[in-house]
Amino acid sequence: MSKNKSSAGIDGSEKRFSRILTASGAFIVVLLIAVFVTLFMSAIPAIKKFGLSFFISTSWNATAESFGALPFLVGTLLTSLLAIVIAIPFSIAISIFLGEYFKEGAISNFLRSAVEVLAGIPSVIYGLWGVFLLVPLVRSLELKLGVIPHGVGILTSSLILAIMVIPFSASLGREVISLVPGDLKEAAYSLGATRFEVMTNIVIPYARSGIIAGILLAFGRAIGETMAVTMLIGNSSFLPTSIFSPANTMASVIANQFSEATGIVASSLIYIALVLFLVTTIVNIVGNYVIRKIGIEASKEVT
Amino acid sequence: MENTVLRVENFSAYFGDNKILKEINFTVTKNIVAALMGPSGCGKTTLIRCVNRMHELIPGAKVSGKMYLNDHDIYGMEPIVLRRMVGMVFQKPNPFPTMSIYDNVIAGYKLNGLRRPKDEFDNIVEQSLKKAALWDEVKNALHRKGTFLSGGQQQRLCIARALAMNPEILLLDEPTSALDPKSTSQIEELFVELKQNVTMLLVTHNIAQAARVSDVTAFIYLGELVESGPTEKMFTVPKDKRTEEYLTGKFG
Amino acid sequence: MERHIGVRLVKDMAFKGLICLLAFASALPLFLILYYITKNGIAVIDWSFLLNLPRPIGETGGGIASAIVGTMMLIILSGVISIPFGIATGIYLSENKEGKLSNTVRLCVIVLQGTPSIVIGIIAYIWVVAPLKTFSAISGGIALSIMMLPVIIKTTEETLKLIPYHLKEASLALGVPYYKTILKVILPAGLSGITTGILLSVARITGETAPLLFTAFGNQFMNLNILKPIDSLPYRIFYYAMSPYPEWHTFAWGASFILVIFTLAFNLIARGISAKWKIQF
Repeated sequence: MSKNKSSAGIDGSEKRFSRILTASGAFIVVLLIAVFVTLFMSAIPAIKKFGLSFFISTSWNATAESFGALPFLVGTLLTSLLAIVIAIPFSIAISIFLGEYFKEGAISNFLRSAVEVLAGIPSVIYGLWGVFLLVPLVRSLELKLGVIPHGVGILTSSLILAIMVIPFSASLGREVISLVPGDLKEAAYSLGATRFEVMTNIVIPYARSGIIAGILLAFGRAIGETMAVTMLIGNSSFLPTSIFSPANTMASVIANQFSEATGIVASSLIYIALVLFLVTTIVNIVGNYVIRKIGIEASKEVT
Repeated sequence: MENTVLRVENFSAYFGDNKILKEINFTVTKNIVAALMGPSGCGKTTLIRCVNRMHELIPGAKVSGKMYLNDHDIYGMEPIVLRRMVGMVFQKPNPFPTMSIYDNVIAGYKLNGLRRPKDEFDNIVEQSLKKAALWDEVKNALHRKGTFLSGGQQQRLCIARALAMNPEILLLDEPTSALDPKSTSQIEELFVELKQNVTMLLVTHNIAQAARVSDVTAFIYLGELVESGPTEKMFTVPKDKRTEEYLTGKFG
Repeated sequence: MERHIGVRLVKDMAFKGLICLLAFASALPLFLILYYITKNGIAVIDWSFLLNLPRPIGETGGGIASAIVGTMMLIILSGVISIPFGIATGIYLSENKEGKLSNTVRLCVIVLQGTPSIVIGIIAYIWVVAPLKTFSAISGGIALSIMMLPVIIKTTEETLKLIPYHLKEASLALGVPYYKTILKVILPAGLSGITTGILLSVARITGETAPLLFTAFGNQFMNLNILKPIDSLPYRIFYYAMSPYPEWHTFAWGASFILVIFTLAFNLIARGISAKWKIQF
């Protein structure tokens, strides 16, 4: 009496096919590892030369061959944080609007389509629009405030980033809010609460982690955003002193300077790219982990 | 022996360490409807899926013992070859949604790359649909996709698809449990005619159905073949006490 | 007691009003952008614009033909690379719902999706441009294909997960080998979802500039040689927008108009396919 192996029911061609599929999956893993290794290896000259003081040094001087990334770290943090702060009220508003007040119907479809189209507009076009329409506005604002009217700078970039980031976190927030169980809300209404009170006391606290995850993912997006920022930030390698200063983010300094960079400059820029890669990876993993924990499929709508 | 289509000898089936079927011994002769009945979870579906080796698709599945299909050792042959000799109809009708009715019937040929001249395919389609009592209803819509058909019609299409391969035995896993009463009785009538063409092994949890359509019934309980024999006899004078209790509704 | 309720009701209405206001305000930039693109872009567009090559500094006229062709070439190049890998990996993930490797792959897909496009541009530079010692269309294609992969993989996996198991069983029970079952029964059933995913990812990369800055680089001349630099719409927009010449600025608007039309078209077709070709089980 022999016990046949379970794999006998599956034919030989499956084994081959399975191997091809597995190889394809493994390839993705290999790809990612290769990306990391490549960045790391190419950044080694800069890592060797500057070490971790790269991040606290503010000079970016080709002739002195001294490079520090602090201005760009600050630039990235400032623009991204400011963008998120500006975007949060709007994106939460959209989430509530679509997830609670107008779940269906013409108005809902209209706004939902508008958000989708906004998400699909290429970054460079946001930049173009920003250059010709946002910069003059900011410039006149700066003149009124008595600040040097660069027009470009942290504020302008943050504004465009905010607009770009709103659809992203709004779509996630909407899903979370619409998933709040109806019976929870009904219990609150039956106690005589107004819609506002149900929203602020029941819905938003319940959806809190999803909303935070959305903000986190939007932050990750903002950090890595390149083109619009490059066109609006002014390409200055000095530490920004105010929100009206021209500056550079990690992404924009690479965009602005890499194509002509060689040797230690190139290596320093790749060092920056490595850091950018690691930061966005961590932010994305954390964000996605939170989303999976609350069990919704996040990137279905806006990718 | 020449009349035996399926012979099951000391056959056991496992999911990992769980013994689902315990040393089953059973034979099915030609051109009959043999019913496997028993409460849910007793192993009857597992048994039928072992005949065409679909049971093995689940990781951790193992078997021991022998099964012979017309004297071919089922566990000694290439599964794909075996499955082309055995037809299966499932609980939920599952015609291929991307194919027309015509293509569905000959799907077994097409997917396996078995070419035939067009008029032979036409003939196969017509014969199979006639045997499945569906021809008149779809003969003018052969090139439409099968999804517009009702549940009962879809199931008959699946039967036609299985019959088109000229199987040595037709396995039916609770084929009417997802259908309405009218379709169910249409298909039960079909079985009576069909057995002249092919031998059928039917799993059902509906005792009355087993009584209505089968010639031979086997009662499976907790993985054991408790009793089997001519249907009329089993239902009127069951030999085993457990059979009697099942038939009188004492459990499951 | 009544006054208290009145206050609450006012708060309720005010909140709703605020939400509506903010929500519509968010849609405002969209209309502003579309308005300006159309207003400034349409004025520039004519056949000469669409069919001519860019002219050097100082000469008037010219067009974006090289950019349009270049964009199409890049789409084809990156599609050829990413579509087979993406679908295969998507099939792998939908067939292996658990397991160390498949979970690792899923994690890698998430990471890849979130990787900034400029970083991918650098990778393509190091892998392709540096060894070949030239900017090239193929390097741009490779960069874009890395960006297309996560979307295709995800949508393929999601689509195939939705296909009921009994369809596979029906095919296997007919004696069809496993690989044929996947290729001839399962994949066709999931075709609409997979195609939607591909079109959406194409829509996404059509507008990507950052990965092309140091790979495909841009080219004033029509180029079909994948080993040479190639122009693209986003690159041209960037180049023209950052230049000091007003005429080129108008070209940037015109090119933007074309680009937006392309992107919107891909998106709409994708949604259309998703609705029309949907298969009922």
